[in-house]
Amino acid sequence: MKSKADVVIIGGGVNGCSLAYRLVKKGLDVVVVEKKYLSSGATGACGAGIRQQWSTRENAQLAIQSVKIFERLRKELGQDIEFRQGGYLIAVHDEKEMEQAEKNVTMQRSLGLKVDILKPDEITGVVSILDVKGMKAIGATFCPTDGHANPFRTTFAYADAARKLGAEINTHITVINVKTAKKAIRAVVTDQGTIQTDVVVNAAGIDSKAIAEMVKVKLPLTPFRKEILATERLQPLFEAMVISFKDGIYFSQQKEGQIVGGIPIPEEKKGYKTMPTFAFLEHMAKTLTRYAPVLKHVNVLRHWTGFYDVTPDARPILGEVREVKGFIQCSGFSGHGFMISPMVSLLLTEFIAEQKISDVLESLSLDRFKGKNIEKELSVVG
Amino acid sequence: MKRSIVCRCEDISEEDVIQAIEEGYTDIEELRKKLRIGMGPCQGRVCIQLVTRILERKTGRKISKIQLPTVRPPLVPVSLGTLASENDEK
Repeated sequence: MKSKADVVIIGGGVNGCSLAYRLVKKGLDVVVVEKKYLSSGATGACGAGIRQQWSTRENAQLAIQSVKIFERLRKELGQDIEFRQGGYLIAVHDEKEMEQAEKNVTMQRSLGLKVDILKPDEITGVVSILDVKGMKAIGATFCPTDGHANPFRTTFAYADAARKLGAEINTHITVINVKTAKKAIRAVVTDQGTIQTDVVVNAAGIDSKAIAEMVKVKLPLTPFRKEILATERLQPLFEAMVISFKDGIYFSQQKEGQIVGGIPIPEEKKGYKTMPTFAFLEHMAKTLTRYAPVLKHVNVLRHWTGFYDVTPDARPILGEVREVKGFIQCSGFSGHGFMISPMVSLLLTEFIAEQKISDVLESLSLDRFKGKNIEKELSVVG
Repeated sequence: MKRSIVCRCEDISEEDVIQAIEEGYTDIEELRKKLRIGMGPCQGRVCIQLVTRILERKTGRKISKIQLPTVRPPLVPVSLGTLASENDEK
């Protein structure tokens, strides 16, 4: 392991690896340290969805620009990340939800996004296996350019490309301490040696809070355990991701044919416990077969847990903290870290390599929680 | 062409595993995510033992030192219909 670097990134998920790739392309000397293996945290456990239909303008903007990058990523990285644009169908269940949906669609269209409001009888035209009565939908919104990519392949592709350009990506290394002097970053101490550096990026997912505490910075992050299941492989049945904010369910069919989906756990608790629950399986099976009754014949193969690192407004914490020079946050993604990772790495690269602070980076700084007017993201599932 | 199949669910051969190890995927969880071994209907009953041995041979790490993937429930495939019928209210 190197003993000196321009930037040390803590965390080998999709955000850590994509940032390593962008920074090394700018000519910086980058080291990534990952406690387990690449994509072992939230990235590897996530639902693989890429959505642009958000309620806050900033999130919609980040997602729209991220999709543009996802579209050219295969060519740029030279590896298939299984990006497909089958759209997101968001079920709308009552008048109040329809009012919010109309507001969201107006804002999203003003950003140039193509989004449609579907009538109940148009829903099965998009996803034929849905039972509109069973899902109690009065309509839906649909954006055809939303989609999926394979989170493992995306992370590995970024890591491979970064390594080829000279980044050092280390797995199975634990960070023990982050050293500062005169309110500035000095070094990262690991169980396999110390790396001198002026810049540390905290991209450690739910462990970001503990990393920040090493330099006495408090992050308003709460871990929420989430569960998700995968079925056996089927012939292609539908292309869109189906979600509902009211039921909290999301499900889609992946490239290999399996259906992957999740729903909030009935007895959800905060904390770091990771065992899957039977209550989830039952609740998910009931809701999923209510949405798509034909799926009752399909076998569940596997069921696992992951975490959302949730902030008070469900939006990430990005950029340098005021208290420690060179200590840069890249966490608090609240369940949406994969889909906005292309823009996150771009914004942070602009800041680290060129000292550029864009408006959106400013609006996502840790300092925003000191003010009173934070706008909460409402469009959250899982 | 002769291929030794390691994973029948995903049609992965010994050569595929060796190539991935040589590319730097030396953790069994990384191999699983790269090649989809252990993600098919058998959930790793056939392939994981074989892949562990190939890993030992290629990396020199003792089998006892190689961390096995987490076991994911359910242990055998169960239909969504069966799971949904639990405590059904009539």
